[in-house]
Amino acid sequence: MTEPYRIQGETGEWEVVLGLEVHAQVISHAKLFSGSSTTFGAEANTQVSLVDAAMPGMLPVINRECVEQAVRTGLALKAQINLRSVFDRKNYFYADLPQGYQISQYKDPIVGEGVLLLDLPDGSTKSVGIERLHLEQDAGKSLHDQHPQKTYVDLNRSGVALMEIVSKPDLSSPEEAGLYVKKLRSILRYIGTCDGNMQEGSMRADVNVSVRKPGDPLGTRCEIKNMNSVRFIHQAIEYEARRQIEILEGGGKIDQETRLFDTGRGETRSMRSKEDAQDYRYFPDPDLLPLVLDQARVDALGAELPELPDVKKARFIADFGLSPYDAAILVEERETADWYEQLAKGRDAKIAANWLISELFGALNKAGKDLSESPVSAESLGGLVDLIGDGTISGRIAKEVFAEMFETGKAAGDIVEEKGLKQVSDTGAIEGIIDAVLAENADKVEQYRGGKDKLFGFFVGQTMKKSQGKANPGMVNDLLRQKLDG
Amino acid sequence: MSLDKATVASIANLARIKVPDDRLEAMVGDLNAILGFVEQLDAVDTAGVEPLASVTGHTLPQREDAITDGGYQARVTANAPESTHGFYVVPKVVE
Repeated sequence: MTEPYRIQGETGEWEVVLGLEVHAQVISHAKLFSGSSTTFGAEANTQVSLVDAAMPGMLPVINRECVEQAVRTGLALKAQINLRSVFDRKNYFYADLPQGYQISQYKDPIVGEGVLLLDLPDGSTKSVGIERLHLEQDAGKSLHDQHPQKTYVDLNRSGVALMEIVSKPDLSSPEEAGLYVKKLRSILRYIGTCDGNMQEGSMRADVNVSVRKPGDPLGTRCEIKNMNSVRFIHQAIEYEARRQIEILEGGGKIDQETRLFDTGRGETRSMRSKEDAQDYRYFPDPDLLPLVLDQARVDALGAELPELPDVKKARFIADFGLSPYDAAILVEERETADWYEQLAKGRDAKIAANWLISELFGALNKAGKDLSESPVSAESLGGLVDLIGDGTISGRIAKEVFAEMFETGKAAGDIVEEKGLKQVSDTGAIEGIIDAVLAENADKVEQYRGGKDKLFGFFVGQTMKKSQGKANPGMVNDLLRQKLDG
Repeated sequence: MSLDKATVASIANLARIKVPDDRLEAMVGDLNAILGFVEQLDAVDTAGVEPLASVTGHTLPQREDAITDGGYQARVTANAPESTHGFYVVPKVVE
């Protein structure tokens, strides 16, 4: 267990209680209720049908694939799939909502309670409850900065399917909230129901924040809307928790309200005045009959799901002997896990994991590249691991070879050959070097034999240096012992 | 169920319908009369009866995931009071 997250106030320690609502854009060709395209970045209003523009007389017809994507997601979250769900109208006015209501699901969502496992930095896991998942329409996009007095509206996004995934208030630190988003993103990407691209807005999170003294009942919460990065989620929660603590310690009370995170100033501010309280007047959409699913179809979708991150992680731990922490890193992206499996096949899996995580990831990070752009392929890195494994090169030389591989894309074997980096494992050759070292340092040999044990490290260092790092370190140790102690 | 003046004013505001103060009282009477009429249905015992979504026995029709619509920017914005570069243009709305 890691230390619980606490904030020190003037009256003592406070804890935060967090719940997240994540809006995830469904991967589909066409929109939830119309046949227009969902592609990002097209010219304004070119991907809009008369249904999306809410022209009179248009009727919504649901896209089967969007429904199945929601079911897949529910199954991946080990959630209850509701075979009967209902679409409701959520009524509000905004310039980018042409219908004057959003088609959503209220009382009867398609997916009920489920669970998501957080992979904590200490290698343990924490279970977070999923309250529900429902399908709804995305709104259009308003551009406020194109004209001093006007707002420009683009409806290309209007009607694209969203999954709103609501967690239980089980999260208790900014880090956990961030890990929750990362894990959810990982699962959605594994099963291909959302691309998880937060910058393009395919995944946005609202965070419910409240504070309390440990052991007290839940406090009043505020909802911070529409954040599109883990970093902003961290900052917003930290700011908002402190704001609430200051109010409570000053004798005030928290108003339940919706707030915005101002990324420039790093603070949250109220979005709506109180007299304008939300009242969405939900009612079942008379244009849409209840959505009824067939259990056999749900089972079939479940059977088609790929191996999920938690299962893969457990397998990596069991089959490859990896630590939970390393396994969690390797399974986060399916492509990384596949890459690793290719690398580890027929090799020492732990050494392979170390080279991938500490060396290749480090080098990629520095170069600003991701694994798909790596100049070193899995096969190529495997070649290097093999050379370490069979004693051709030492671990230290391997780092040098790796740097060259990353630079030039050459094979490890070729570099070792060209530069003459082969580890010297020939007893005679190493003995020759050791003899020279001992001869040059006769005084120290004397001191060592006189009881100054610590000098042993010095002789190892000198021998390695003289061999230009190529001597087999294990053999150097053994032979030195024989010569000095024998 | 009976509505008071404040509730009717709030409903009008939510629906973005402007109702002058001197019309509110009359509207309270009208709406309550409609509610009273509908409330006659409460006399029917519906215990144990599932809500009915359709009398035709139809289920929700579903579409394949194919792009079959869109691509007519000019048609979509044809009725807009103002548009430019393919956008709808409206008075500035910033929260």
